[in-house]
Amino acid sequence: MENTIEKRIELKAPVSRVWRALTDYKEFGEWFRVKLEGPFIAGQTARGQITWPGYEHVVWQAVIQKMEPERLFSFTWHPYTVDPGVDYSKETPTLVEFRLEPTATGTLLVLTESGFDKIPVNRRDEAFRRNDGGWTQQMKNIEAHVAQAS
Amino acid sequence: MLRKQAKPRPARGPARALLFAALGDETRLALVTRLGSGQAASITQLAAGSRLTRQAITKHLRVLEQAGFVRCRREGRESLFALDPGPIEQMQDYLGFVSRQWDEALGRLKAFVED
Repeated sequence: MENTIEKRIELKAPVSRVWRALTDYKEFGEWFRVKLEGPFIAGQTARGQITWPGYEHVVWQAVIQKMEPERLFSFTWHPYTVDPGVDYSKETPTLVEFRLEPTATGTLLVLTESGFDKIPVNRRDEAFRRNDGGWTQQMKNIEAHVAQAS
Repeated sequence: MLRKQAKPRPARGPARALLFAALGDETRLALVTRLGSGQAASITQLAAGSRLTRQAITKHLRVLEQAGFVRCRREGRESLFALDPGPIEQMQDYLGFVSRQWDEALGRLKAFVED
């Protein structure tokens, strides 16, 4: 099992075009399907309303981390919080990073989402609080074992 | 992005966070790996060849049991611990769910910028 999600996608558009689609809040909203209240600013919370039919009740929220022009755009969020009955704010957010690299035909976009193994801050149990992550490498071994066991 | 899934919903928020947290420890991960062979084991067996004390192993097993990764049953005077693959499958389902949402979102981004 992977602890980090990574996607690589080749886009036939210049880096500047992709950068705009990622960081202009209106353009981001077009493809991400969220109606944002205002522009992305590093260090600030961005908020909006999901525009996907059936999920309009869901508020989209992220804290913008880095905006290094045409190179790196990142935010932290609680991924795909679609269940209104769950208080996601108590969970540790994951980090989403979009990295851009120019290629001969356009742009290579590398998306990563990491931090799924982080401990929620509200855990009262000391045992949980002392965790230091570190299961990433060994998860692969487990997967093989579990496949045998199930 | 937020398409209704044919599969049951992935583990709910706090429950899911607990799963990830329970495995965020080398010792517990090693115990899960060890029990992953499918053989139930006693604390004595798990402590054999380990640098950890029985008390330490017991403590970690209880955390795993609370999170649902292992089940304990009595056999004579011993407690036997066995792996329950359910929670790990839940975690995989969840990561798969998030991964599929990204595939869809990036597909839309591609169409958007290449238009």
